[in-house]
Amino acid sequence: MSDSGPTAGDTHRDGNAHRDGDAAPPLIAVRDLVVSRGDERVLDGVSLSVDRGELVGLVGPNGAGKTTLIAAVNGTLGFDGGTVELDGTDRRALSQREVARRVATVPQETNTAFEFPVESVVEMGRTAYVSRFGTTTEADREAVRRAMERAEVSEFADRSVTTLSGGERQRVLFARALAAETPALLLDEPTASLDINHQIRTLELVREAVDDGKAALAAIHDLNLAARVCDRLVLLSGGAVRATGTPREVLSDDALAASFGVRTAVNDDPAVGSPMVTALREGDDDAR
Amino acid sequence: MTRVWRRTAGYSAGLLALLVGVVTVSAGIGPVSVPAGTVVAVVANAIAVPVSVEWAASAASGGGGLLTAGLPLRVEFAHPFAFPVSSTHEAIVMRVRLPRILLAAFVGVGLASAGTVMQGFFRNPMADPGIIGVSSGAAVGAVSWIVAPAGVLALLGPLRPLLADGAGLQIAAFCGALVAGFGVYLIASRDGRTPVATLLLAGVAVQTFLGAVVSYLLLHSGESIRRVTYWLMGHLSGASWSEVGAVAVVVPALTLVLFAYARDLNVLLLGETDAVALGVDAERSKRVLLAVSSVLTGAAVAVSGVIGFVGLIVPHGVRLLVGPDHRVLLPTSALAGGSFLVAADTFARSGVAELPVGIVTAAAGAPFFLYLLRTREVYDL
Repeated sequence: MSDSGPTAGDTHRDGNAHRDGDAAPPLIAVRDLVVSRGDERVLDGVSLSVDRGELVGLVGPNGAGKTTLIAAVNGTLGFDGGTVELDGTDRRALSQREVARRVATVPQETNTAFEFPVESVVEMGRTAYVSRFGTTTEADREAVRRAMERAEVSEFADRSVTTLSGGERQRVLFARALAAETPALLLDEPTASLDINHQIRTLELVREAVDDGKAALAAIHDLNLAARVCDRLVLLSGGAVRATGTPREVLSDDALAASFGVRTAVNDDPAVGSPMVTALREGDDDAR
Repeated sequence: MTRVWRRTAGYSAGLLALLVGVVTVSAGIGPVSVPAGTVVAVVANAIAVPVSVEWAASAASGGGGLLTAGLPLRVEFAHPFAFPVSSTHEAIVMRVRLPRILLAAFVGVGLASAGTVMQGFFRNPMADPGIIGVSSGAAVGAVSWIVAPAGVLALLGPLRPLLADGAGLQIAAFCGALVAGFGVYLIASRDGRTPVATLLLAGVAVQTFLGAVVSYLLLHSGESIRRVTYWLMGHLSGASWSEVGAVAVVVPALTLVLFAYARDLNVLLLGETDAVALGVDAERSKRVLLAVSSVLTGAAVAVSGVIGFVGLIVPHGVRLLVGPDHRVLLPTSALAGGSFLVAADTFARSGVAELPVGIVTAAAGAPFFLYLLRTREVYDL
């Protein structure tokens, strides 16, 4: 037995609905989040929100707490202070199954040393809908089929995941997240191990899902890539939010250079017109 | 029905037929050879269908036996079949061979299911049903009972009425298994979390410690050393219908619980973080899987001793055939384990001198395993 989750089509089409005032609560709302590991505060009072139809990029240097933040939102990690609300409901009031019906995660990498066919891996995205003594329903299979089509992995549905390239495997994990038909998506460095064409393609697929009404929060370490596809950027450094706003605002912010510990220069990318940041070495001419 | 369930049903039907065939053939093999047709006739004759149940206030028990013990019920059974068979054949099949064969089948099902779950759970190809110390705990229980029953009786005070029933060895072994398994779980748990790697190491350490205890007991076993050794090697001789009755209830019930967790087991193979993100309560699923497969192993070991390799090799062999999806792998491994142990035990008892079946499973299983290893056909886990 299974009940089907909200489909992407049910959610708001208008990405700007939230700006009209008293609209629905953001799909992901993090307030004053504190996560400690031992004596160290990995996240120290982080707040951010992601609305329907919005792709928010989480940027920042290595060790800034991006992965920790994603884990605290999707329930794989507990937190020590603050709140995480998913579509207006406190995450801690939800069972893990209910969390998984609200937010799906594309992990950085997953253990795929098993000869599971691609279709089975994507079907695991439906875990939160299938009851223990039941089996997948027509709705589940339809969601799996749609997700595979969307992520362009239908052609290797029967192949073992172990035979795929890194880019193909990443798209399978993306399909798995889409199959859950959650209103919100979390992506942890979805492009980290991909070559340049797969990076763009993967983020375009995320963009399409967001344009259909999903909310997405993606940790992306490549600033220029993040600036190109995201609606907003959140700069995380030392466990706190240092800057937030449009890509142009965040990339031009002095906090960016301070966070990464380098001098930077921001130009417009001549090819696509999005803001582009360049790290400068000592002795480089300051382009500003 | 999805493709997965069609595959499960297809393989299971085939392997169930194989199991029935192996049981039938095995029942005919021995010092007195009984034709398969006669075996079927004997079993058919033994089928009893309750036709009427009567409330007998006088408490005069009818032919009900086990089912109505202690209840003032009078149950009439009808035997729908009455094939003409010699009473010798009937006695050989029903009293001598069938209890032992069915015990082998249930123990094989239990060990293979528990082994499959442990390999998936630990993501480790060397995991077997005894990996968290359950078999070693059972060994300590059983050997203590053989060497110093009075001491065990003192420890298991509340269970005394059960122990007196001639099931002392089995109950001591079962208790030892549960104590060891639960102990390892407690040692490896902290703040409500049980990391799989810690569990594995704690299991190995506890197994080593309990091995030392068994060795010490062996040194002081005196007259009973032969019995102890025989038990430790794993054997099915002297099987009784009451033992069959116990495992016939416990093994299928617990195996079905494991089947219900097959999907969780698949997701857990991707790693715990992924599993949680996909909506699995990983700690709870781990607890259930661990507890159920440990009780299953404990029950199997209690009635048969430590039969090695069944729980290790059968899942590997079956995985080659059906792949890593536990929805298919678990039921097929279980049924294949039953057939494998029945066949191994038939070989063990049909030689000139009877062998403990543990020797046969290890001697036949290890080379087969090495063959799989050399042909690189063993799936990475």
